[in-house]
Amino acid sequence: MTDTRTLSITVNGTQYTREIETRRTLADFLRLDLKLTGTHLGCEHGVCGACTVRVEGQAVRSCLMLAVQANGKSVATVEGLARDGNLSPLQNQFWEHHGLQCGFCTPGVLMTMEEFLEENPNPTEADVRDALSGNICRCTGYQSIVDAVLATAAQARGE
Amino acid sequence: MKPSPFTYHAPATPAELADLLGTLEDARVIAGGQSLMPMMNFRFVQPAHLIDLNTVQGLDYVERRGDVLEIGAATRQRFLQRSGEIAQSMPILQEALSHVGHRQTRARGTIGGSLCHFDPSAELVNMAALHDATLTLTSAAGDREVSFAEFGVGYLTTSVQPEEFLSAVRLAVWPRHHGHGFEEFAFRHGDFAICAVSCLMTLDPGGTIERLAIAVSGVTETPVRLTQWEADLRGARPDAETAAALASAAAGIEAMSDAYVSAAYRTHLARVLTRRAFLKAAERAKEKASA
Repeated sequence: MTDTRTLSITVNGTQYTREIETRRTLADFLRLDLKLTGTHLGCEHGVCGACTVRVEGQAVRSCLMLAVQANGKSVATVEGLARDGNLSPLQNQFWEHHGLQCGFCTPGVLMTMEEFLEENPNPTEADVRDALSGNICRCTGYQSIVDAVLATAAQARGE
Repeated sequence: MKPSPFTYHAPATPAELADLLGTLEDARVIAGGQSLMPMMNFRFVQPAHLIDLNTVQGLDYVERRGDVLEIGAATRQRFLQRSGEIAQSMPILQEALSHVGHRQTRARGTIGGSLCHFDPSAELVNMAALHDATLTLTSAAGDREVSFAEFGVGYLTTSVQPEEFLSAVRLAVWPRHHGHGFEEFAFRHGDFAICAVSCLMTLDPGGTIERLAIAVSGVTETPVRLTQWEADLRGARPDAETAAALASAAAGIEAMSDAYVSAAYRTHLARVLTRRAFLKAAERAKEKASA
């Protein structure tokens, strides 16, 4: 017998109500039920960080959370970053600094770094690297990602 | 890579949680899910019932009571890492937490979840051993208190019974003038440690050791306190010679081995990290004594 619940959730400002299986992970709910495929699934056991989204503002691994646990909560995904067709400042700096190559890890990196920069408007390079430790990138190496994050912080400070 | 079907329960109170645990067969409690969800995704664990601790009120707090810090089992690691109370009274806990996973996992992971998972090299398990933790296990029949030694049974195994859940952890707070050292080695920052060693120390006015605690984890299936040495080194000087003796004692722990790390390497790490943790704690204790 399938165990289901009614899930009421806000994703990128839009309210959704869906009947879901309770074993559905938040990542699968976003991708399969809402067709928001910007959230990527790499390892599905909490190691790679590609599936990172923000729940009530906090960056979390959506493969390690059940969708039903996000009932009544507000979720932000990579699809919510650009506004009116314009990239967010962080996305722009990723473009400028070649912060991505294949782009698979990028949604998770962006959602992690959005949260990090809100909490740390004036980070050192070491701070950025520490905050990035939960996201694995296999293309660029991390230098250009770190550059993009530092440039975003500098831009926000008006430098 | 998806959990097998289960029936989900979202109790609102500890009493409801205890009732569910007392009546359901093959139930698992999920706290932050940072260990259980991977095991469910891999189908290493396939519970018939999943009971969510996240909807239970009142298990999320940090309270100082005299010389004891009581922490609700469902308190998030991130909250602990940012707690002003812990920064003041238990700085080693914050240092240890900086090695626990990553910011995304600390946002969900809880202290109680980490303790109940009981990974031999988990930093929070080491902290419980170091601080002589007592743990409250709750069931419909009431609470029972267990010491850390009674709590940890073996590899990934605790004495929590099927009808019980961990509701609170109490850690002994050391005097303000204590020094601390925490050293670990992991292949990547945020990974489980291959070996981690923690040390707390106070010095008497003459500069010799007044009180000492050392916990070595990752070497055996549960963390090891060097209890006899902690007692024998009272009155000793916290110098390199004492550190070397203690390091040899740590290297004397019979180490486990697995496909990745040999027993000899764990023994080597236990020796090196014990010396470093001890000397760091001594340095900080001396700084505080002269401040």
